[in-house]
Parts: sequence; C-alpha cells; structure tokens
Amino acid sequence: MRRWWSIFPGWVINLVIVPAASVVLGFGVAAIAIVATGADPSQAYLALFQGAFTNTNAFAETLVSSIPYVFLGLGVALGFRAGLFNIGAEGQFYIGSLSGVFVAYSLHLPALLLIPLSILAAMAGGFLYAGFAGFLKARFGAHEVITTIMLNYVSFLLANYLVTTPGLMLDPHTRTPRTPYIDPNAALPIIIPQSRLHAGFLLALVAIPLVWLLINRTTVGFRLRAVGYNPGAARAAGISVATTTVLAMGISGALAATAGIVQTLGIQHVMTPAVASGYGFDAIAVALLARSNPWAILPAAMLFGALHNGASFMQLQTQVSSDLISIVQASVIVFIAAPAIIRWLLRLREGQVAKVAITEREAISSV
Amino acid sequence: MFELAIHASDVTVFGSQTLVTATPLALAAFGGVMCERSGVTNIALEGIMLTGAFVGYAVAFASHNLWLGVAAAIMAGVLIASIHAILSISFLVDQIVSGTVINILAVGITGVFYRTFLETQQVQGPGTLPVWSIPVLSQIPIAGPILFQNAFVTYAMLVLIGVVHFTVFHTTWGLRTRACGEHPRAAETAGINVHFVRYLNVLASGALAGLGGAYFSLQQIGEFLPGMTGGRGFIGLAAMIFGRWTPGGAFLASLLFTASDQVASRATAAGIHIPPQFLGMLPYLLTIVVVAGAVGRSIAPAAVGKPYRKA
Repeated sequence: MRRWWSIFPGWVINLVIVPAASVVLGFGVAAIAIVATGADPSQAYLALFQGAFTNTNAFAETLVSSIPYVFLGLGVALGFRAGLFNIGAEGQFYIGSLSGVFVAYSLHLPALLLIPLSILAAMAGGFLYAGFAGFLKARFGAHEVITTIMLNYVSFLLANYLVTTPGLMLDPHTRTPRTPYIDPNAALPIIIPQSRLHAGFLLALVAIPLVWLLINRTTVGFRLRAVGYNPGAARAAGISVATTTVLAMGISGALAATAGIVQTLGIQHVMTPAVASGYGFDAIAVALLARSNPWAILPAAMLFGALHNGASFMQLQTQVSSDLISIVQASVIVFIAAPAIIRWLLRLREGQVAKVAITEREAISSV
Repeated sequence: MFELAIHASDVTVFGSQTLVTATPLALAAFGGVMCERSGVTNIALEGIMLTGAFVGYAVAFASHNLWLGVAAAIMAGVLIASIHAILSISFLVDQIVSGTVINILAVGITGVFYRTFLETQQVQGPGTLPVWSIPVLSQIPIAGPILFQNAFVTYAMLVLIGVVHFTVFHTTWGLRTRACGEHPRAAETAGINVHFVRYLNVLASGALAGLGGAYFSLQQIGEFLPGMTGGRGFIGLAAMIFGRWTPGGAFLASLLFTASDQVASRATAAGIHIPPQFLGMLPYLLTIVVVAGAVGRSIAPAAVGKPYRKA
C-alpha cells in the first residue's frame, strides 16, 4: 500500500522526507541503547533538546558547533560529486589550522587584511595536502580512501611536531605545548554579544551559495560532476580526468581546512597538539545526510551542531553518556545509505528514493 | 662518539615488545586480508577492535573469567562485523560508508555502556591474561623469551599467521574467496555463492579483529578505556596493504611498524634526537608509497570495494 507522502515530487522525498525519517529513526535506535542502560529516553532527549536550544546562549552555542560541520560537510560533499571519497577531512582540518595560525600569529596587520590572509593560507595548505592525495590517485591510481586515512595520521603527528618543537611553532614564552596566540586583529569578531558566536558563522553562510555556484554554474563544477558521474564519458568528451581529480580533492581539502582555521580564529585563538576528534567521520555523515547538496548542508550541520552541543548537557542532567549521539549519527547514516530500508518503511516505490551519489557511481562501475 | 653496547637482554626486550605490540595490528590486518580478499573493503577494523576490547572486558569483569572475556570479544567482533556485512553485501551500501558506520557506532556503544556500567566501578578488575612460558623452547637464547614467553592473544596471533595463510591460499574456501574478490561474476558463473562467501569472510574478519581488541583490554592493561584502540585498527589496515594482502606480509609489516615505535622511544631515551613523530609517521608514509606503487606496488584484489549485485 502506498502512502499519502508518495505524491510529493522526488526532490522533496529525497531532500526532506527521507532525511527527516532517517533522523527520527536514528533517535529511535539510540533510544533502545538508552533503555538498555536503564535510563529514560524521553528525559535524555528532553535534556539534549534543552542543552541545544532553550536559551539564547544554548542556541548560539549550537550555531558555534555547527560552523565547522558546514565547511567539512561542504568539502566532503564536493568530493562526492566528483566521485571521490575524501575521508581525510580531519587531517586537512589540522593542516588548515597549522598554516592559517602561522600567518595569524606571525603577521601583524589590520583585521581586514589579516583574517583573509590567514584563511587563504589555510585553504592553500588544505588544497595542497588533499590535492596530493588527488595527485596520487590521478597519477598512480592510489585509492584516495587509503591515502587520506594515512595522511590524517601524518597530519596529527606533523601538527604535534611543529607545535611542540622549540624554534618551530612552539611559543617560546610558555612551557605548555602550544603556538603563540594569534594577533588580536586575526580573531573573528563576535556577532552576538555575551556569546561565543563569531563571524565564522557568516562565512559559513556565504560558503554554501559559493560552493553551490562552483559545482552547478562553473566549468570546473561541470567537469567535476561529469567525472563523478562517468569518468569514461568525461574523458571521451575531452575532460582531463586527472586534472579534475586533483582539483576536486584540492578544493575539498581547502574547505575542510577552512573549518580548521575558522575554528582557530573564532574560538581557540591558539593551536595545541592535535587530538583525533572524529571530525572526519562526522563530516562524511553530514555530507551523506545532505545528500551532497550544498544547501542541505546547513540543516545537516546544524543538526550535528545541536547534537554535539546538547549532548554535554544531557550527560550532566541524566548521566547518559554524550557518546550517545554517535549512535544517533551512525543510525542516521545507515538509513540514508541503505534507501531500501526507508523505502520499505515508508512504502515508497523503487526509484522514488535516490541512492547516495557515491553509491550510485560504485553501482555503475561494478556492472 | 657514544658507545653502542648491545646486550642480548636488550635485544630480547626490544624483540619481545615489538612482537607483543604488533599483536593487535597483525590480528586486525589478518581480518582485513580475509575480508578484502573476498572483495569487501574493511575500514571498520578500528571500530570492531574497540567493540571487542569493550565487550571482552565487560564480560570478563562480570564473570570474573578472562577466557569468557576473550570469547566474548571474538563474538562481539563477529556481531558488529555482521552489520558491515548486511549493509554492504545485502543492501549494496558503499563499503566505505558502512565501514564509517561501524567506526562511529563503536564509539557510541562502547562510550554509552562504559559510562553506565563500568566507569564508576570500584571493584577489582579481572586482571590480565597470564604469560605462559613454554618449557624448553623458552630457554633458547634471545628467540626463546621473545617467541615462547607470551600471553594467549600473542600466541593465537602467531598460530593464525599460518592458519589464515593456509585458509586463503591452500583451501577450496580460500580459492573461492579470492575468486569473489577478483572477479565475482566469473565466480558466480562457476557456481559460487558470492554473497555467502563474502558474508563468512566479513564475519571471520570480525572474529580476528575482535580478538585483536581483547589484546588491549585483557592482555595489555586489564582495563577498558574509551577510545583505547587509538587508531591501531587503521595501522592494521596499513599493515595489510603494506603486506600485500597476505597474512605473512601483514605480520612482517606489523613488526616493522611496532619496531619503529620501539626505536623512537629508545632513541629519545638514549639522547639521540630523532623526533618520535617522524618515526610515528613511518607506517602511514610507507603505506602511501606502496599504494602509489613507487617501490614495489601493492595491488588490491580487483573487485574490492564494489558491491556485487547477483545476476
């Protein structure tokens, strides 16, 4: 039996109904885990919601948490559109922080120059770092999943080396392992007084239409999509698959790097040794939930920001570990990535639910 | 000039620590070999090991029996790997995506249950697996204490080098597995049930990585800590690639990687300044070098990563 919602056009089903159903089901799965620990899911979720939204500061913090997810999600999504699986967003995040923070503490310029310069330095670092993985794929056929995983760990170790070694990026005036603080002019201004919400949020809002334009309205974007959809046909049409692969990985890395520097200029104002944060996997989840659509990255990133922000309050109030949100995230990806499950639950016809871009490519290439 | 005096006991300690710390890497890598040889990419090894470490410890804690803990770690590995299998084989989900699911899910499950049931426990833990010295053999100079004075998981790993090698390269099952990883369509034409072969291999990889997880919580420290696998599943993946998808190669690669850790810690102690971070990068850089084919190219099974739709 078909349901009333199957009358909606395809894009509403794919971008609204299926993701929303996935999120609801994700909370459902996590509720089972809460029950298994003996706690009350409704209490836990109430606390999660309160921690994320109920006062101005909580909401501002949710926005703060969602900023890196916007850039990371855009980066991974852009890779997906080119048929590339950038699993190294986390490493590119740190490379971006490193190269950007170097500019931000060494140069002393007016804010209008210093902030853009720092961000550009970060983007250049991220572009080169991820572009290298793109080059290895284009030139030697080295799979980007393997190289970017490996480059993640290389970047952590590199960051730790630079940040802890005297004469390199270690602040000579302190005994704690960190870089010098950035020039005050490099700090992103706060846009809501009495909160930590900084201008990085505005940058994120600007980045979304820019990435959409890049993918959908430029030659580079067209090539990128062509290669993602069918590399063989793209090559036959005269598109250089190698150049496009390097470019796509590079831009993807530049976006992930922007997440890193925006976080540094907006929140920490200094860089300490890297710790694996799980950002790379979260970024994949955001991009999958948004189905690689730049506009949909915003609500997906805000959901993840809200989850992260609300989780600590939930842990404080109900003793349910903040790691619970990982169960929510993992379940959401399952429901998004295995459309057959959702299709069956919502009684939709085959074809009404599109497979995720990356899966579609794999399915084509294996036939 | 500094004097380099190498004593037999130094060599023994170095070798022994290299072998013991290589245990979880090698087990994860063997899991990767089984899985990828059948055509299923496994970036979930990290999450499977973490789950194994947690469940193994929880069961050992509750039952006061380390052996039940080891068995539970293996079972938990199989169970969580079954999610990878169901999603990637039956639902044709991209294998990297389903691997990502396992890695995120493992952090969530272990974190949530650790906080509720274990974090606040004041009771004495179950301890660690005993070290067994094998009579006579452990008396052999240098090699004896390295190879024959170990705890269960390390012995199991050493035995599994041979078992996995024999299974993959000298049995009908192994031949079928490799056929599914190289050319699933041809394998199916020859009457092999590709999905069944892949399922069993993914579950086997879960068992191996789950046992690797038991190393952390039941052999190394006798405790579970959130995130205690610390990326070692990914080094195991690197060891599998560096070892060219063979158990022997993966074992040697694991040894190389952990030996470089040992060199790093000793160099610093001896006042020789090699930044430990650079030695730490070695596994990752070597893996990039071999997948890029600069030195002796490492080539994956042809059909790895591709969901297989039955004809």
